[in-house]
Amino acid sequence: MFANLLRGLFALLIAAPAWAGPPIQHWETGNGARVLFVEARDLPMLDVRVSFDAGSARDGEIHGLASLTADLLDQGIVLEGGEKDAQAVAEAFENIGARFGASVTQDAVTLSLRSLIDPARLDPALATFTAVMAQPRLAEDDFTRERERVLLGLKAGEQQPGEVARRAFYKALYGAHPYAFPPEGEADNVKAMTAGQVRDFHKRHYVAAGMVIVLAGDLGREQAERLAERLASALPRGEALPALPPVPELREGKTLRIPFPSTQATIMAGQPGMARIDPDYFPLYVGNHVLGGSGFSSRLMEEIREKRGLAYSVYSQLMPMAVPGPFLMGMQTRLDQAAQSERLLRENLERFVKDGPTEAELDHAKKNIVGGFPLRLDSNKDIADWLSVMGVYRLPLDFLDRYPEQVKATSVASIRDAWQRRIHPDRLVMVIVGGKE
Amino acid sequence: MSRWIMLCAGLLCLQASQAAPVVSEEHLPNGLRILVQEDHRAPVVTTQVWYKVGSSDEPGGLTGISHMLEHMMFKGTSRLPPGKFSEIIAERGGQENAFTSRDYTAYFQTLAKEHLEVSFRLEADRMRNLLLREQDFVKEVEVVKEERRMRTDDDPNARLYEQFQAMAYLNGGYHHPIIGWMDDIERMKASDLRDWYRAHYAPNNATLVVVGDVRPAEVKALASRYFGPLKPFEFAGRERRNALAQAGERRMVLRAPAKLPSLLMGYRAPVLMDDVPAWEPYALEVLAGVLDGGQSARLQQRLVRESRLAGEVGAGYSADSRLSELFMFSAVPSEGVAVDQLEQALRQEVARLRDEPVAADELARVKAQVIAAEVYGRDSVFYQAMRLGAYETVGLGWKRLDELVPGIEAVTAEQVQAVVRKYLVDDRLTVAVLDPSPLEPGQGMPRSQGMGGAQHVR
Repeated sequence: MFANLLRGLFALLIAAPAWAGPPIQHWETGNGARVLFVEARDLPMLDVRVSFDAGSARDGEIHGLASLTADLLDQGIVLEGGEKDAQAVAEAFENIGARFGASVTQDAVTLSLRSLIDPARLDPALATFTAVMAQPRLAEDDFTRERERVLLGLKAGEQQPGEVARRAFYKALYGAHPYAFPPEGEADNVKAMTAGQVRDFHKRHYVAAGMVIVLAGDLGREQAERLAERLASALPRGEALPALPPVPELREGKTLRIPFPSTQATIMAGQPGMARIDPDYFPLYVGNHVLGGSGFSSRLMEEIREKRGLAYSVYSQLMPMAVPGPFLMGMQTRLDQAAQSERLLRENLERFVKDGPTEAELDHAKKNIVGGFPLRLDSNKDIADWLSVMGVYRLPLDFLDRYPEQVKATSVASIRDAWQRRIHPDRLVMVIVGGKE
Repeated sequence: MSRWIMLCAGLLCLQASQAAPVVSEEHLPNGLRILVQEDHRAPVVTTQVWYKVGSSDEPGGLTGISHMLEHMMFKGTSRLPPGKFSEIIAERGGQENAFTSRDYTAYFQTLAKEHLEVSFRLEADRMRNLLLREQDFVKEVEVVKEERRMRTDDDPNARLYEQFQAMAYLNGGYHHPIIGWMDDIERMKASDLRDWYRAHYAPNNATLVVVGDVRPAEVKALASRYFGPLKPFEFAGRERRNALAQAGERRMVLRAPAKLPSLLMGYRAPVLMDDVPAWEPYALEVLAGVLDGGQSARLQQRLVRESRLAGEVGAGYSADSRLSELFMFSAVPSEGVAVDQLEQALRQEVARLRDEPVAADELARVKAQVIAAEVYGRDSVFYQAMRLGAYETVGLGWKRLDELVPGIEAVTAEQVQAVVRKYLVDDRLTVAVLDPSPLEPGQGMPRSQGMGGAQHVR
């Protein structure tokens, strides 16, 4: 059904400016969880995503708490008849070919389940999923083991120049704001964490208020409603959290040089960028597409890789988050080319902010984004991922429908204007990892 | 938690197979093979052109040339200036790139279906008309060196992996990294690339795979129009250069700036392309699933949760490689655990598999996962095209995909035990250990080597 609809709509796209995304159904459960559902009947499977306002920005002083909580969910559950340990939970999913995952960003935790639609598999998969979400055991012993593994992962990050750069960059950009800290936490904090803190975090944050349930797959509305109700009713209503604090603007630029025994310098440069719901979203997004967001057709790729052979990977990103996520330009280059590369990144950004894209570049970017739109929604996985984003950030339901027209509505002038107001090349944070002191 | 050693995990390896819906096969008179699979869920199509050449075909001194040529394939033809290919695809909203592996080099575009013709026109053009100009090569070779530095030279585990492979495969096609040794990349000339291109890029050494919202007849008509006029070459055929048989354990240590030690163990094992009964590679796939098919599998259960000797551990094997493989283990010890102790624990797991048949529920679980993965795989048009292209190009033929699920389902506990006894023996084992030295800035890396494993994109 979805396929037919997309096909029809795509014909429209060529003929006329109007274009709609997949038909999204939306409702709330009895206790206030929000549901987004797309019926996709072609494959006998279901993708479930459940998100909570329980990302690392809610860690408070205990950096890494949200992430460790998510790690522990499937390490044991409490059922009416007794407990299941990590082995039993894993077997409950894997015996029927179901896949469970949990991921944490600054803004949310998202639990995912993929299962065959056949009730003999789907029902037990959902029962285990519900228990993992609502009744994790969070036992002392599992906590101790997983905490050790997190510490090991943090140590592994210290031997990766890209990871060293990323941590320093976020810190320099965000100062005391919660976005300053990596979701997986910092060693001192993680070492001091207790299982009690994890239990408290779960109790407070895994609640129906702020919960987003995404369903994409081979089921009808009625079944989807029952299923969503079953998930949400396993949790207390709870309370919505206050908004995150605003991101302080950078007062001045700074350059951090971090010595590292590597053959390359890893360079990251940027500043706080834009939020997911942002009046400048489209001019900033389309502009970034031209600057460094579109791979081989971007300016940074042309100037740094194609013309000069200075890097394999060079890009710019604007990560839209609950409050402004980073604007980031990044690359790696042989140590003796680092100074030249830093200069080129700065110069390209300055020129872009001053002049904006050319008409030809903008035209090319619009064609790429609008023409490529069906590709972003061509699988159940992609659709489920988009629905999660829409739910977590409370995007309007017609966000996908209106996406192409909003891209088309940008102009050289609107992009230049937005970039000049929002991005300040004279106040860049620049992190360079590599070389001697 | 981040997984900092990436290997083909059992489950992922298992996932890579079995034919989905209907595939139509066609041949053009010039030898080009065309595989089409319909998927009408979205108005999208993936085109992939697969060449039967990869790093395992490269002679000594020219390692990395297949990957280097892949990069140069975007640098213009006698009809199209450098960079224009990507521009044309991007302007139509398409995604495109390429990848090189040990066994193949492949180029792809994913586009709205009405642009299929553009993709064919451009791919047909660069199949025979590539420019390979000196001025483009001298810049692009610098890009590839940066790629090597980023992926391998500045990553101690990647360096360990490529040296481990060079030792496990003393000679033969899998000895060297896909990206090539740095010395060879530095030595390479544009004229070498011209020779490599002329020797391998022709319709009778390629397979065109199309999956998406298309009909086989229209694909064939379009393909005949664009690829049909291309002239074939005469090929001597592709050699399978397997490594020398191993007789005795091999060990190495890499001392490199790092924070954590790590361990690689590989047992030489046959693949479907080898002259062994097909149940053996399938049993090895099942074995990988028993050890590492998800969180319930043995290594997670016993080494991470029970003994807690490992912080990270994995096992992997690919039955569908072109040449004989390794059955791999990789692990990072928990804080305070010696690498040696972890190695002994892994060897004990192997001993247990040798002495006791795997349990019925373990076997059933691996099979359930394979069957589910078969359905999940159909959610990705790209993945389906990948499977067809890979099976065809390594020489198995795409029809062998139909045998995968029945092949896995037929595997018995006795067969798993039999392949452990036959192949997971000390005489076939290679062990490599990363021994961390302090991360002192500026001490520099010894100039080193490439990468193995998966694939290299442009």
